[in-house]
Amino acid sequence: MGLNIVVLVKQVPDTKNVTGKAMKDDGTVNRAALPAIFNPEDLHALEAALTVKDQVPGSRVNVITMGPPSATQVLKDSLYRGADFVALISDRKFAGADTLATSYALKCAIEKIGNVDLVFCGRQAIDGDTAQVGPQTAEKLGMNQVTCVSAFTKLDAKARTIAVRRSLESGYEVVRAKLPVLLTFTDEGFAPRPSSARRVMMYKNASAAPTAEASYDDCYMNASACKDNEIIALWDIASIKADPESCGLAGSPTKVKKIDSVVLTAQDIRMIDNSESAIGSLVHELIADHTIG
Amino acid sequence: MENFFLDNEDLLFQLEHMDLDRVIRLYEDEFAEAAKYPYAPKDVADARDNYRRTIEIAGQIAAEFMAPFAPEVDATGVKLVNGEVIMAPPTVKAWDMLSKAELTGLTFARANGGLNIPLTVLSMIGEMMSRADASFLNLGLQQDIGATLERFGSAEQIARIVPILARGEEGSAMILTEPDAGSDLQAVTLKATQTANGGWVLNGVKRFITNGCGRIGLVLARSEDREGARGLSMFLYKRGKETLIRRVEEKLGIHGSPTCEMQFNNAPCELVGERGRGLTKYTMWLMNSARLSVASQGVGIGEAAFREAEKYARERCQFGKAIIEMPAVYEMLTEMRVAVEAGRSLLYETAKVVDLKEGLERVSELHPEKSAELKADVKKYVRYAAFFTPIAKMYNSEMANKVAYDAIQIHGGTGFMKDFNVERHARDARITNIYEGTTQLQVVAAIGGVMAGTAINIIDEYAAEDWSALPVHLVKTLEKARDSLERTILHTKDTNSQEFLDFHARRLVEMATDLIMAWLLLRDARHSPRKLRLAETFIERLQFRVKAHSEYITAEDAFFMKNYREILNIKA
Repeated sequence: MGLNIVVLVKQVPDTKNVTGKAMKDDGTVNRAALPAIFNPEDLHALEAALTVKDQVPGSRVNVITMGPPSATQVLKDSLYRGADFVALISDRKFAGADTLATSYALKCAIEKIGNVDLVFCGRQAIDGDTAQVGPQTAEKLGMNQVTCVSAFTKLDAKARTIAVRRSLESGYEVVRAKLPVLLTFTDEGFAPRPSSARRVMMYKNASAAPTAEASYDDCYMNASACKDNEIIALWDIASIKADPESCGLAGSPTKVKKIDSVVLTAQDIRMIDNSESAIGSLVHELIADHTIG
Repeated sequence: MENFFLDNEDLLFQLEHMDLDRVIRLYEDEFAEAAKYPYAPKDVADARDNYRRTIEIAGQIAAEFMAPFAPEVDATGVKLVNGEVIMAPPTVKAWDMLSKAELTGLTFARANGGLNIPLTVLSMIGEMMSRADASFLNLGLQQDIGATLERFGSAEQIARIVPILARGEEGSAMILTEPDAGSDLQAVTLKATQTANGGWVLNGVKRFITNGCGRIGLVLARSEDREGARGLSMFLYKRGKETLIRRVEEKLGIHGSPTCEMQFNNAPCELVGERGRGLTKYTMWLMNSARLSVASQGVGIGEAAFREAEKYARERCQFGKAIIEMPAVYEMLTEMRVAVEAGRSLLYETAKVVDLKEGLERVSELHPEKSAELKADVKKYVRYAAFFTPIAKMYNSEMANKVAYDAIQIHGGTGFMKDFNVERHARDARITNIYEGTTQLQVVAAIGGVMAGTAINIIDEYAAEDWSALPVHLVKTLEKARDSLERTILHTKDTNSQEFLDFHARRLVEMATDLIMAWLLLRDARHSPRKLRLAETFIERLQFRVKAHSEYITAEDAFFMKNYREILNIKA
């Protein structure tokens, strides 16, 4: 009996390869200057899901993302690597969502898929770095959750349990959970596999944008080569049965009052000896200038 | 993310400017499979796009999963434990990645689990793999063995075995060489005996078998009660307890690749194709694909060694400046760069010619009604492929050695140390001009083409293209060199001496190869000013090389052949 897995992924600006000015003058991210990529830790979550699929025959990997039509690129990348089903949750009513509204929409989408055994996602996205969406989604689904997973120690599909290695600052712990469970992954394990050449040839023309507003509702974008197959599902607010009041700006209690563009002024680094006394005196220095304490 | 395709401007250039239209149409049989397989291309542009994306995936695997681990693979090598070969862990991982990327069956038919990718594209991938880790031979081998089965096996054998190879579930080997049958495969003695129930068993020893531990093998064995090539047949076998891996060799280079000595004790096997055709037809075909793989391996090693040397020469300062500024160093580096790019152009022209031959033969078989119309072209490309393949293998394997040798020289003492990659490249390169037929045997395979006019035909075809956009003196220099080659050929013929021909064969083949590469570089120069400088530089030196060979061959007093017996003390 296979497992039904949902992987939550996000398209993010590549903060490591900045081609121009990364921040606008108002302190918001200048997306035009940053190439859009698959959030790195989400790729590890996808690899983890594909690993489960390799180990447990009959498993199904569903990948969903919330974002603008251009975010279909991460869904195509997921198809290239082996996803069975992908869906884009896109509706202008989702605009301005904070982590609470985002996790609500994702929860609705996961419920639409139904009978889910495992939900996988990256620990955090490199644009927001909140690490909140995974845990909040688990809470809303009423599901167990384990964060910062770097490896599986045992997956027992029959007994419906999974034991995972969880990275901690001080080391690691092994945690066992009952299914269904939501896991968030770090980039330490599950090195992403390359795309499959065959699947790239098959899905490279899967198109993104719907043509008209009318077709926006629960329509399917199709791979030109597989016209009758539903390849990239497009779900709007109604198709995932989400309450508009809990979505987008309306559903987001987070209000951004002001953004400061912080420019780091530190020029130099200082090396200290790895000794009790040197560390002690540095701590005293930092307390004295109110950096800590 | 690192990528050995995207970071290689010359490879990108080659793919962009390569005219693959006819190859694609032939391979795709006018896109007959587009309706059947969602991943089959619907037109030429679609196919080219598929190729590009496929090469890009392979480039990522080469850069991320192979290159960083090549030193470790080299240091670990392979081990024989309880009769089983243990590969270095990164080699296993790389194969797993290739199999996940569905690249393990690249060239096979879609019906057999493959992607119907032409050899030109496979050669590009092979080049990148060898640049990353020259000991990684599994992919090329797998393609060669699967393709040989597809070509000569029965429908049942193909359906049973090729999909397994395509998925990468089993490794494979071509099992030819024996202790007393290396270059001379006619001397193979491994015995194939027919059993009472009509099956076959193998008995005897094979040596120097690359990846002999692979479960699936094509074996050359003596099935007939007669000596020589006609007594040999080809057999398909799946390695079981009847076949022992007796040892794995300790080698100078390509440590990651297991070279096995194998003993067959009544090992069950099955006949491939017809009896008595094992060497003359099937092995020759298999060997030609393998030679193309080695040519791409040579380009890959050359590229890797050049990059190391160039980086070092820019960074290393002596006498107050970077050594790349010094004539002795920049001459070596420029020669290396020119040699690699010339070899690459020759490799892809060769691959294209072989693809045209394969494509034409396939279409002629599939559509007998077209065979009359295609007959002349089939004949032409069979002849061209038989000439291009050995010269591409000869040139690129020798080039890899020379470039890796000079790369050490540029590093000075540092390059002699194990801490740097160049000594590994030099060790790995050393096998390329030996296996799948030594350079001397490539000359034997190519000299016929030079003497029978194939080489001059090819050169004249290039010369007949429109060169008006390029400097006329370059074209003139090549025309002059061509005439000098023709005169030298005539002179050789006039001597009526087989020994004279054998003695000068390598020089003659090198003259022809030089001229072909010069025209190919000039073709590249149509698209890029840099390539024009490269062609100019190549042709400048070519004229003196051709002249030197020609004058030596046609000289009136020839002492060498008279003196060697005395010098070596060989009794007449």
